[in-house]
Amino acid sequence: MSQLQNINIRLYKRRIKLNFLVLSASLLTTLFGLFWLVWLLVTLFSHGFQYLDLSVFTQPTPPPGEAGGLANAIVGSVIITVMGVLIGAPIGVMAGTFLSEYAMRSRIAPLIRFVNDVLLSAPSIIIGVFIYEVVVVPMGNFSGWAGSLALALIALPIIVRTTEDMLKMVPNTVREAACALGAPRWKMTVAIVYRAAKAGILTGILLAIARISGETAPLLFTALNNQFWSSSLNEPVANLPVVIFQFAMSPYEDWQNLAWAGAFLITLSVLVLNILVRTFLRNR
Amino acid sequence: MEMTQNSKDMTIIRRGNAGQILDFIFANSTRICAVIVLLIIFAMMVSLFIGAWPAFKKFGLHFFISDKWNPVTEEFGALVAIYGTIVTSIIAMLIGVPVSFGIAIFITELCPIWLKRPVSTAIELLAAIPSIIYGMWGLFVFAPFFGDHIEPWISEYLGGIPFLGHLFSGPPLGIGVLTAGIILGIMVIPFMASVFRDLFEVVPAVLKESAYGIGATTWEVVKMIVLPYTKIGVVGGVMLGLGRALGETMAVTFVIGNADRLESSLLMPGNTISSSLANQFTEAVGQMYTSSLIALGLILFFITFVVLAVAKFFLLRLTLKEGQRT
Repeated sequence: MSQLQNINIRLYKRRIKLNFLVLSASLLTTLFGLFWLVWLLVTLFSHGFQYLDLSVFTQPTPPPGEAGGLANAIVGSVIITVMGVLIGAPIGVMAGTFLSEYAMRSRIAPLIRFVNDVLLSAPSIIIGVFIYEVVVVPMGNFSGWAGSLALALIALPIIVRTTEDMLKMVPNTVREAACALGAPRWKMTVAIVYRAAKAGILTGILLAIARISGETAPLLFTALNNQFWSSSLNEPVANLPVVIFQFAMSPYEDWQNLAWAGAFLITLSVLVLNILVRTFLRNR
Repeated sequence: MEMTQNSKDMTIIRRGNAGQILDFIFANSTRICAVIVLLIIFAMMVSLFIGAWPAFKKFGLHFFISDKWNPVTEEFGALVAIYGTIVTSIIAMLIGVPVSFGIAIFITELCPIWLKRPVSTAIELLAAIPSIIYGMWGLFVFAPFFGDHIEPWISEYLGGIPFLGHLFSGPPLGIGVLTAGIILGIMVIPFMASVFRDLFEVVPAVLKESAYGIGATTWEVVKMIVLPYTKIGVVGGVMLGLGRALGETMAVTFVIGNADRLESSLLMPGNTISSSLANQFTEAVGQMYTSSLIALGLILFFITFVVLAVAKFFLLRLTLKEGQRT
């Protein structure tokens, strides 16, 4: 009897020990993962702050060795991103509406959902190559429009996905109530369902903006870059991500410092957008 | 009196017609937008294929197995880039999967409640940081540190192992395939950790509580309840992370060194498909050079497509299972 007890106690101790080992490993991996990310953020913020001053926002990108800022790149980035969202958001919201409201018995809906997921996880550089082939080559030059289109293609699947999810969360009784009052279907969708899901749809659009404002790869050979102020979207437009890429890879120290300032700005705006989304969803 | 009644009826009918017409317009414009999504993917495949055709026609199947990449003599092969893409992704997965797994277990099982929300939020915010930031940090901070302190150690102690040794020999340059893989691993950690955490939180509390109730330890609950319940989803999550690592451009381009030679050592510079495109596409002169780069893009698109399809398949089976249970 006591032998059996001994075995039990030994088994119990072994289980406790194994549990302790695994949980310590889990704690260690968490610390390991967070360690890198904290290291990254600390360097980014310290370097970014160090090189951030007023001229960054007022001067255009300089030639190497001269003083300058990132003003044209910041403005270019904002314009390209806004145009990208203006192209992508309406199509995305409409497509999401179709998947949620009209596709009950449709046979292409599962296909569109799958294709949307493919687009969502397609490497962004491939989207750049695609836009290069269908926009840049026929137009004959790199342009801001091409950059906006590439960003629109990246924003589109995010917006489709969140719009569909958010519209599906609107209870069906609300739709039935609207229909029972004699509202045509489009009116029900626009005036009732959209209104109920407004915060969710806006969240999706904000998330898409956060995602595309840091995208670099698709802009490399669509919007390219411009050392000066661009007068129209038909020519190459300076934008922050590509400027950061070029300046960081350059051998000039003042360019590299500007790249740090730009990287800090981009990260800050992406984080702020994400925090906005969070508070938005929580207040709902 | 009769007149007004009549015209009232008419307006109601007319309004009904207008409603029907608007309904038709609205329904079909949503349908058109949805079909646009479909057409985009179709157009992408077609245009990539057309762009890649000259390269495929000239080099044939040899394109996939040739390690030559010579813009001067216009001889191109995809092997170096495919090798770099796969090797960096494998390194990234070796680091990313266990670490994100540990983080997910920590968040769902171990973490005190007051810490749960901050850690989850931090992980999600980190997943949103653009990849160019990871690349830049890798180039300026991590690569010099790695080259000065870790790589000499690696080549001294691991370089001597038979068979595997040549993977770790070579000069400590800092930049190279190994560095790129590690940066990629660090980058996918927040993404995969939040996928895993979402999966683990789906496990019904009743199941876990009954296991705890009969005296199981936390690890036993994870091993015997959480993992079997989420097994398929975990595979799907790993595949999603892999897809991300395979297609990632900026985090890799900064630190891989842009060298088109096949090296046996992981410490040497190399290239991935996406970094070749990022580095060379705008500078490519001549139809064959551009076409070969587009062919690389097509290969990458195909690989990520297959990985995503597999991930979807596993995740779909999970949701089907859930449907049966409820």
